[in-house]
Amino acid sequence: MKLPRIVAALVCSVLMTASGALFAQGSKPPVKIGMSMPQTGTLGGGGQAALVALRMWVDDVNGKGGLLGRKVEFIVYDDQSNPALTPGIYTKLLDVDKVDLLIAPYATVPTAPIMPLVKQRGLLLMGNFSFQVNHTVKHDMWFNNAPWNDASSWSDGFFKAGKQVGAKTIAILAADQEFAQNLANGARELAGKAGLKTVYNQNYPPATVDFSAIIRAIRAAKPDMVFVCSYPNDSVAIVRAVNEIGVGSSVKLFGGGMVGLQFTPNMVSLGSMLNGIVNYNSYVPGMKYPGIDEFFERYRKRAGEAKVDPLGLYLPPFNYAIGQMIEQAVNGTRSLDHKTLAAYLRKNEMKTIVGSIRYGPDGEWVNPRVVQAQFRGIADKNMDQFRQPGKQVVLYPEQYKTGEVIAPFEKARK
Amino acid sequence: MTARGYRFWIGAAIVLSAACVAAAVVKNEYYFYAAYVVIQFVVLATAWNILGGYAGYVNFGSSAFFGVGAYIAVMLIKWLNLPLGLQIIAAAAVGGTLGFGVGLLTLRLRGIFFSIATVAITIILETAVINWRFVGGATGIQILRPPVMEPFESYTKMLFVCMVLLAIIAVAIARHIETSWIGRGLRAIRDNEEAAECTGVPTLKLKLAACAISGALMSAAGAPLAMYQSFVEPASAFNLTYSVSALAMPIIGGTSHWLGPVLGALLLGSVQQIVTVTVSSELNVLVVGVLLVVFVVAAPQGLVGLFTKVKDKVKGN
Amino acid sequence: MDLLLDAVIFGLLLGCFYAAVSVGLTVAFGLLDVPHIAHPAFLVLGAYCTWLLNGYGLDPIVAGIVLMPAFMALGMAVYRFYYETFERRGSDAGLRGLAFFFGVVFIIEVGLILLFGVDQRLVEAAYIGKSLDIGDTRLPLRMLVAFAMALILTAGLALYLSKTFTGRAIKAVAQDETALRLMGANPVRIKQWAFGIATAVTGLAGALLIIIGPVEPTIDRVYIGRTFCVVVLAGLGSMSGTLLAGIILGISESIVLTMLGASWAPAVSFGLLLVMLGIRPQGLFGR
Repeated sequence: MKLPRIVAALVCSVLMTASGALFAQGSKPPVKIGMSMPQTGTLGGGGQAALVALRMWVDDVNGKGGLLGRKVEFIVYDDQSNPALTPGIYTKLLDVDKVDLLIAPYATVPTAPIMPLVKQRGLLLMGNFSFQVNHTVKHDMWFNNAPWNDASSWSDGFFKAGKQVGAKTIAILAADQEFAQNLANGARELAGKAGLKTVYNQNYPPATVDFSAIIRAIRAAKPDMVFVCSYPNDSVAIVRAVNEIGVGSSVKLFGGGMVGLQFTPNMVSLGSMLNGIVNYNSYVPGMKYPGIDEFFERYRKRAGEAKVDPLGLYLPPFNYAIGQMIEQAVNGTRSLDHKTLAAYLRKNEMKTIVGSIRYGPDGEWVNPRVVQAQFRGIADKNMDQFRQPGKQVVLYPEQYKTGEVIAPFEKARK
Repeated sequence: MTARGYRFWIGAAIVLSAACVAAAVVKNEYYFYAAYVVIQFVVLATAWNILGGYAGYVNFGSSAFFGVGAYIAVMLIKWLNLPLGLQIIAAAAVGGTLGFGVGLLTLRLRGIFFSIATVAITIILETAVINWRFVGGATGIQILRPPVMEPFESYTKMLFVCMVLLAIIAVAIARHIETSWIGRGLRAIRDNEEAAECTGVPTLKLKLAACAISGALMSAAGAPLAMYQSFVEPASAFNLTYSVSALAMPIIGGTSHWLGPVLGALLLGSVQQIVTVTVSSELNVLVVGVLLVVFVVAAPQGLVGLFTKVKDKVKGN
Repeated sequence: MDLLLDAVIFGLLLGCFYAAVSVGLTVAFGLLDVPHIAHPAFLVLGAYCTWLLNGYGLDPIVAGIVLMPAFMALGMAVYRFYYETFERRGSDAGLRGLAFFFGVVFIIEVGLILLFGVDQRLVEAAYIGKSLDIGDTRLPLRMLVAFAMALILTAGLALYLSKTFTGRAIKAVAQDETALRLMGANPVRIKQWAFGIATAVTGLAGALLIIIGPVEPTIDRVYIGRTFCVVVLAGLGSMSGTLLAGIILGISESIVLTMLGASWAPAVSFGLLLVMLGIRPQGLFGR
């Protein structure tokens, strides 16, 4: 007789905790937001930092009571920077995890494979630092958080600096993947318009690790400026190869579209090798937006605990902005319907910690503001130097300009 | 037709109608998304076994055929916008031709040298595709699915039924080869090629036929990949994992009977899909590696071999 | 023209490095007939061990040498297992062995991914990132170090095989196992010893791999083509042939890289291999 009583007690307690859990949640299920984020592989350094910012937003919004009175649940998988994995992950997010809203993985390469999927299913996708990933698919429910739109919005600053130093010839080096090809195709057009002669024009496969042969070939072509479109691992390897082999005395300007030189760990480990390089950026110290300094303060605490990018200058504020935009759109429409949200995002100005954003019909920023900045006076093994303005001198755009370009490249390295 | 033959075709008809019913009844897309991959491996493993299991020529280049199939489809979509059926037929034709070429290699190369040569073909074809701008190069290419055809309610379900049909065709061909004089000839080649040649087996003809049929089926299995993923890039379409899976599955299932590769693919493929959903995608590669090693070492005759052993024991007692 | 000369010099250095990463396979596959497709995976394993030791401040070359006894033991264990399960059972040992080693490749790759992730790893040493200026050409020091190590390695192994008693026995076992048995030597033990040496050398070559450039868990796939190309081109089992074949591959790859572009380079080794297999399977310097 004793045993059944114990069983009954057990069943009771299980039922009570289960119902308790249900009541604690409220009768409403959570709002599920899902994404894949490159946490390892070439994009991993950036992805991990971006994730810290997104988690900060999830905590913040849940602290305020969630979305539509429901808690936000955040589901993330690691895609290893591998485009072959993202279609499977997003199918799983939609059909197994049944998420309500989607955020794109960081960067163009992992995002490109899921564009047909979201278009076919008619889903809202919050873009995450992709470049021109929507230009063939033309999905009308795509909204990118990155401060650029077309090729000239990205590269104009670099070409203007080239004109200023009197460049006549250009070498273009690009990885053979979605991002770099989109950027390089735009650069080729701009180079043609600017009357520059292309003396070297090569693609390299994404798995390339040794760039010494490529740098030697560029040196032999004697270009005035070198436009590089590369991903983090390649960018680091290219900077090392340039330091080792040298690009020659003809080069006045080097850089342009090198992803990964914005990640703090990469900047610290390359140190003085960075000097002279002119590269794009989304944010450099000295740019001011309401709320951004407070964000960095909180971010740096959490990043220190998580051992990821300790400064978080490039991606994190823009990823926090994704959360803010979702929040504003859901609260503005009182809805989770993708069409309704997309209509709201298209019509209204979004208020974020990286300033106000307005979207064009292609889901990109109407008023882009990509920074082109030159690394100067960088010392080896010093993280704190990157906190202050002045180490990355802003050449473009006008409203943020802090100095003039120094050329030739070899001189700027001294 | 023999009684066994009738039984096989009745079984095939049941499998096909079950697939159709499932497509009509089951709502969650993900089941079809996962099952498609498993069935695709049934085709690959069965195709591999025609050459590897019956004739003993170990092809390590299954991914070459698979990738070629996928890229023929991509080419036809971009160039002429042909429908899925024609993509598969064209891929099979090209795969068969490629297989014929590989068959010519067997004139000079046997054993491990043949296997290494097939790996080489994979990488060379992959490099060629990487440098072929029209189909996207290393960047890969996004593909928008056309509207789904009646009576299917979604494209994934249609692809799933299509792959089941391909699997039935592949198994029927393998079964026919196994039970006919072609199979006897291929087995003679496997056991001793010189002896077979001397006793009048047309070894070259048989090898070429086996290579071409096997290649055609593998490429056919790769063709729907473009529509399935909506995105194709060479590094994953030509991935070595396809080669190793295509050989691991028959070895695990048993290479001497057509049921071996089917069993191996269903078992290993399902385990991989479950592991992918519940744990991670690396682990599913690890599963292939570990099971391959375990079976090669401990059960060289595969699952089919284990079954017959158990059966014999039961009978013996 | 300067560019071409540059490419040839660079290819020569690269080629010696290719020879160094292939000598282990020359012994294992060329002399012992073991279908060791996991050789490049062992190479990457060596590179990761080097990376771990480098984290404690050990010079990568010293680390490579420290690794050798452990790799030797690993190699002997692997051969023993291979012999007991495949060679002794006879019949299609080669092909089952090939499937076995392919399984091992996957296990090593995924093991490394699970332990260290898919991120690239590199080592630090005084000679990495600097270069030697000769006129207008700048030769990276890491390449020169790898070049010197490669020469020492192949020459040392060649001397060992031709001058010492065990070395000669290894060569003998490759040619005529029965004769060796009649002379009272145990061929299995000699083969086991030889496979151990081959694996030890591979461990050291793994250190060179990570000195040359960053390493990630699946980089072994690139080296399947390169190592087998070198060994087949060399004519199975020839040491001096391995060095020459490595140089041929290095120079052809370097020229293709410079003239045609980086995207064609991966096909060079496999192309050469396929042509070689089609025309002269016994290799350039084969028996």
